[in-house]
Formats: sequence, structure tokens, C-alpha cells
Amino acid sequence: MKIKQIQEEIIDEFAMFDDWMQRYEYMIDLGKSLPLIESKYKTDDYLVNGCQSKVWVRAELVDNQIVFKADSDAIISKGIIAILIRVFSHHEPNEIIEANTDFVDKIGLKDHLSPNRANGLSSMIKQLKLYALAYQTKINDE
Amino acid sequence: MKKNTHINIDQIRNDFPILKRKVNGESLIYFDNAATSQTPQLVIDSIVDYYSKYNSNIHRGVHFLSQEATDAYENSRVKFQKHFNAHNSYEIIFTSGTTHSINLVANGFKKILKKNDEIIISQLEHHSNIVPWQMLCEETGAKIKVIPINNNGELIIDEFEKLLNSKTKLVFVNHVSNALGIVNPIKHIIKKAHEFNAIVLVDGAQATPHMKIDVIDLDVDFYVTSTHKICGPTGVGILYGKEKWLNKIPPFLGGGEMIDQVTFEKSTYAGLPNKFEAGTPNISGVIASGVGIDYLNSIGLEKIYAYENELLEYATRELLQIKGLKIYGFSAKKTSVISFNVGNIHPYDIGSILDKFGIATRTGQLCAQPIMDYFKIPGTIRVSFSFYNTKEEIDEFIKALHKAILMLS
Repeated sequence: MKIKQIQEEIIDEFAMFDDWMQRYEYMIDLGKSLPLIESKYKTDDYLVNGCQSKVWVRAELVDNQIVFKADSDAIISKGIIAILIRVFSHHEPNEIIEANTDFVDKIGLKDHLSPNRANGLSSMIKQLKLYALAYQTKINDE
Repeated sequence: MKKNTHINIDQIRNDFPILKRKVNGESLIYFDNAATSQTPQLVIDSIVDYYSKYNSNIHRGVHFLSQEATDAYENSRVKFQKHFNAHNSYEIIFTSGTTHSINLVANGFKKILKKNDEIIISQLEHHSNIVPWQMLCEETGAKIKVIPINNNGELIIDEFEKLLNSKTKLVFVNHVSNALGIVNPIKHIIKKAHEFNAIVLVDGAQATPHMKIDVIDLDVDFYVTSTHKICGPTGVGILYGKEKWLNKIPPFLGGGEMIDQVTFEKSTYAGLPNKFEAGTPNISGVIASGVGIDYLNSIGLEKIYAYENELLEYATRELLQIKGLKIYGFSAKKTSVISFNVGNIHPYDIGSILDKFGIATRTGQLCAQPIMDYFKIPGTIRVSFSFYNTKEEIDEFIKALHKAILMLS
């Protein structure tokens, strides 16, 4: 499935809920299925900068596709990174780099995009895209 | 026994237009007063009034508007002189905020401090009260000594007294801890420091909203605060300094207003307070700050303290009924600030959910990482009450907190 299709799938899932509380509960549930980063990588090197809670992310290239794993010490951040990883993991770097991220607005997470949010959703997106860019550069060099 | 506080809460709430706002579809409950207090309508009006009627630069123009603006600006200085009971109005310096005031003093001591001199600060300090001294020590070779805290978050005064010696030149403490709300025994600290001829600067940012400060009674050398925490606008700070110390330290910023004579060889500085107020100051902000302090005094800080204390006791009692909830900072004397965590739930998670209910709290390290390190926690949730908050709001907050805990457990 393409990134765009996964995003639409998530938008549909969130559209089923009437209020923010149900959406948050669903997001928290999604956090429970997050592919977890191995504990040895839960170090400062893998921290996403600019977060009030700790969010660790690591990327690997498997068959030319990026596979992300992550974890967080806060439940809401874990839900957010789980959604992002569901969208971005298992795609080629270029597709990740070029992906539009408007969907976060459509699932009611817009307030997490403000620069004031210490757990910036935008920092997480930036980090995932930076990994993609790094791998794409590596592929181009080879 | 019920205290008779005589606060007309309905009337007071009417003075603050922002309290009528809806946030995320809910009525705003503003419990982040330790970060900044809300602004009463008459302070907002005074800013509009300034720009509508007499906006002009102060201290220079011979024209009518400039004189009117200068009078209003200087009148504000006198208001703060009286409020803090300073001997002279020129001992009140207007800055851009507490951080600016602290940096001004720290900068002033660059030439006075020598290698191996000692500066005492406390473990309760806000980052803004740590970094300037570290910078000062890097430049002068002076050393920082830290007053430790006990498990209740109180300063260990015996340890402080042991740190004092003939090398101690400066002591910097906050009057009230921003993270825990504990009131420090500054009068005692000042007295002890003076026995060793050390100079004392007190950060009063968290104290001035709740209590009357008398700089003469305290015998404090420097006292600093920001007016946005006392019903004024953002961008105005107060630096009180004893005349002899203000005369001893050099200007912080060079520019217009702070000079007396300028030639290319040498400039002579203006006297107090202009020496420290280079450039065009925040004129409307200073005038509005004066209106803010008048407003606060019209209610009365004693009444405010008593009412806020009722809110503090009520909220503390309600919070402690929640299973797994831990409050950080216990002391006989506290301002209306409660820092807490619930079990292992991350403060950020609770803060985010409370926000969805329209409740403004502060989460995280609260610019006080050394305290969080001491308690070995990633941060706390902090609620801080002002005199316009109510028990009904606390009830709503407790209800929302229960829902948040349910969602996050």
C-alpha cells in the first residue's frame, strides 16, 4: 500500500469517532502495537529533539525499504509515533521524503503541530524524513 | 475555622476578559498563573489609552505629549517604590523582565569578583537564576556553591550557613520556588549573608503576586521580579537595588538615555536610574504595570494570600485523595502552587488531556532541572492558582484529572 492510501485508511478510522476523547483512546491503543525499538538503542543518540517526553526512533534499510522502530516514555507520544510509523514504515526513502503530511490535521492532531508543543509531532515527522533522506543519499552514492 | 477573606470573586472575574474564553469547546480554566498572570481590563485599557492619546518618547521631548508620557512613566516608578517600600524611586530600575534584571546584576559583578571568590545559589533555582552565574564564574574564576534541599523540597538552612565564609561574595536565592511554591526564609538568609559581607539578590518573580515585599525590612541588596506575573503586561521587569550597590555596578547596555556626556574619547554615565535604562524603554508596558500594581493593591495582597491559601488547601486535600498521586514540595509556608505526578503516568500525557478539557497547566521540568534530578523524575504537572480562580474550577479540574488517569492507565 502506498503512503497516501495508508493515510486515507487512518483518516477513515478516526472519522468513526465523535469526540476527541474517543480519538485519543484509539491513538493510545495504536501505541500498544508500535514496533518497539530494542532497548539497547534507547539512548540519547536515538532521541527525537525538542520533545518534553522521550521519543526514540531508529531506522533500518531492508530490501530498499525503510523500517522504523520507536518507543516513548509518554503514552500519547507513543500513540503519535505509532501512527507515523504505520504511515511511513516499509516504504522506499524517496516516497517518504516526498510524502505529504496533511493527514495529521484531518485526524484531529493539529494542536500537536504547534511549535510550542514540547512533544512536537513536527519534530517526529522531521526525524523520520531525515532518516529517509540519509538512506536516499546513501543509495545514490552507491 | 473559616477565614473571612472578603474577596468578591464574581466582580474580580469580571475584570479579566480572558476568563470568558472557550478553549477546545470548554470554558477556560487557567491554572498556569505561576508562568504568567492574566491581565485585567483596566491594564489593557491603559495600553490602548497610551497609544491613543499620548504615545511619545520620554525624557527628551519638550513637547506636551513627551512630558505627559514621561510623567506617567515616572509615576509608575514611584508606585513601585512605594509598593516595595524602597527609600528612593531611583532605586527602582525598569528592565524587560526578571531574567534581564538578574543578568544586569551578574554583569555588574564581573569587575568586582575575583578568582576563587564564591557565589552561593540554591538547588531550587529557576534556570534563569543559574545560567547567568555560571557565565559570570566562567569569566571571573569564581566558584558556585549550592544550598541543598531536603525531601520536602525545602532549603537546608544549616547547610547554607556552613557554606558561608570570607570568600562568599554573593548569595542568590528565589523568594519562592517556581517549581514547588515553597517560601524560602530569605530574611534569615540575608541576615546570615550580611554577617559575611556577602551581597544578596532575591528573585521575587514567584513571591510578588502573593505577598507584600518590604525591601527595607528585608534589608535585601537586590530584589527582582516581572510585572506580567502581577497583572501587568509582558516585557517589563523590576530591579530594586540599594543605591550604594547600583552606583557601584557599571551599566549593562550602552545607548541613549544612559549617558550624560558623550565624546568619542569617553562618555560619562547618567545617574540612577537612567544609567541602567538605555534606549527607549517599554513605555506603555511600564505605565500599564503601574496600573496593574494599583489594581492588585486595590484588592489587597493580604486578602489575596488568604484566599489563594484557601484554594491551595482545598486543592491539596482533593488531590491527595487520588490514588498514587504524589505532591512535590511540602512546607508550612507555600504559595498557591502544587507540583505533582500520578503513579508512573508521564506529566506530558496528563497535561495534554487536561488541555483538551480547557484546563491550562504547566508540565515538564518547569525550567528547574536540578529539582527534577533531585526527585529523579522527568518533570511534574504544576497547577498554580490566582485570586480569580475558584473552588468550582478546582472541582472541574479534579473531575478532568480522574478522566485523564482513566484514559492513561
